[in-house]
Amino acid sequence: MAGYEFYGYRRENGRVGIRNHVIILPLDDLSNAAAEAVANNIKGTLALPHAYGRLQFGEDLELHFRTLIGTGCNPNVAACVVIGIEPGWTGRVVEGIAATGKPVAGFAIETNGDISTIAAASRKAQEFVQWATEKQRERCSIEDLFVSTKCGESDTTSGLGSCPTVGNLIDKLDPLHVTTCFGETSELTGAEVVCAGRAASKQVGDKFMQVFNAYQEVIDRHKTSDLSESQPTKGNIAGGLTTIEEKAFGNLQKIGRKTKFIDVLQPAEAPAKGPGLYYMDTSSAAAECVTLQAASGFVVHLFPTGQGNVIGNPIEPVIKLTANPRTARTMREHIDLDVSGLLRREMNLDEAGDRLIDIMLRTCNGRLTCAEALGHREFVMTKLYQSA
Amino acid sequence: MITSFIVHDKADTVGVVVVEDVQLGKDLTGWIMETDETITLKSLDPVPLGHKIALRDIKSGDTVLKYGHDVGRAAADIGQGRHVHVHNLKTKRW
Repeated sequence: MAGYEFYGYRRENGRVGIRNHVIILPLDDLSNAAAEAVANNIKGTLALPHAYGRLQFGEDLELHFRTLIGTGCNPNVAACVVIGIEPGWTGRVVEGIAATGKPVAGFAIETNGDISTIAAASRKAQEFVQWATEKQRERCSIEDLFVSTKCGESDTTSGLGSCPTVGNLIDKLDPLHVTTCFGETSELTGAEVVCAGRAASKQVGDKFMQVFNAYQEVIDRHKTSDLSESQPTKGNIAGGLTTIEEKAFGNLQKIGRKTKFIDVLQPAEAPAKGPGLYYMDTSSAAAECVTLQAASGFVVHLFPTGQGNVIGNPIEPVIKLTANPRTARTMREHIDLDVSGLLRREMNLDEAGDRLIDIMLRTCNGRLTCAEALGHREFVMTKLYQSA
Repeated sequence: MITSFIVHDKADTVGVVVVEDVQLGKDLTGWIMETDETITLKSLDPVPLGHKIALRDIKSGDTVLKYGHDVGRAAADIGQGRHVHVHNLKTKRW
């Protein structure tokens, strides 16, 4: 089992990335236009437009900063240009990213206007991209890898095949000191006690139950029905999933049969207890969850799907696998690994897990995922409540 | 023999159809993953790929088991071989 390795980019702080992006990161919605203009001017850079950043406050504002700073800090990012409407909060994001030691520069639009800001930021972006493109991949040990997982448009084949395949990978890689992460708080409803039992200690299990109960309170406060067609989604139901409890037990297959989770993370919080499996409090919406996991430092994502969710992420490659033979046939351009042979009993779970490890390592070495090739870059900030 | 449905756990009261052609009145072969047993069942409804089929008679109000766990409550009597979905199975949560 030992001997897995991959070729990645070792960053200034020692963390390893599998992509070498130079990103143009807007602080707020107002700065999207300038960020996209810079990315259009300077080839090889990538703008990450989003909808928020104004008049947020309290925990919601903290999450906004944590997500932006974490995105810039992700080792898949070589260098980062930050553009904001004013210099204060722009500088806060720049400082947060600079702590990694990677090149980062901030530009503010007020008193300059879009055109001068775009010109100055473009000059810096050109400098960064020419610097970054000389970086070389180097051989890295599997324990340098941070792997996140979340499933989407699940159906009953997810619980039978694709989610247990991820679980098999996690059970194999956990003893090799890989850092892994799962989340989706609402999507454990009905399986929460079983999930809490997978915590490494009673303290961690209690922390999970606190997070779980707080999320249930949000749902109870706002719900107008049993959430059918939202959670489970309309696609889940079309695929044969009936209740949230059924969906939850399928979801939980992703953490395997024996791996224990060692800590509970806030949304976008970086893991701090060393290698192992972490639980992160996230929404179950695909792009929101993956954006948070990328912001906490995970560099490659495993995404089981049933009916065919097409999500990608701008900085963290999303590998899709399905056990649904119809999805594998009709949506093949979205599926990196077809494990529908599990349902035909043509392969066993151990073989499926090995195939997933193989495609994951090839992705780490530079192979584009289906979502990357198709240009899926869903960057979706989680918003906790209304702005002021 | 083609496996037409799969059951997670020996205790489960529903299985999952994994082929695209289950019509009414078809003799089906199933596989229980937990125990690696083969079982047979006659379908009393057309059941689409990925949808559930009742492995035994289930009474209205009964807890339905999948993965060996409670996945909701039957909202109607469900005969063995019938299609189990949102019309006859409801969440106990939310």
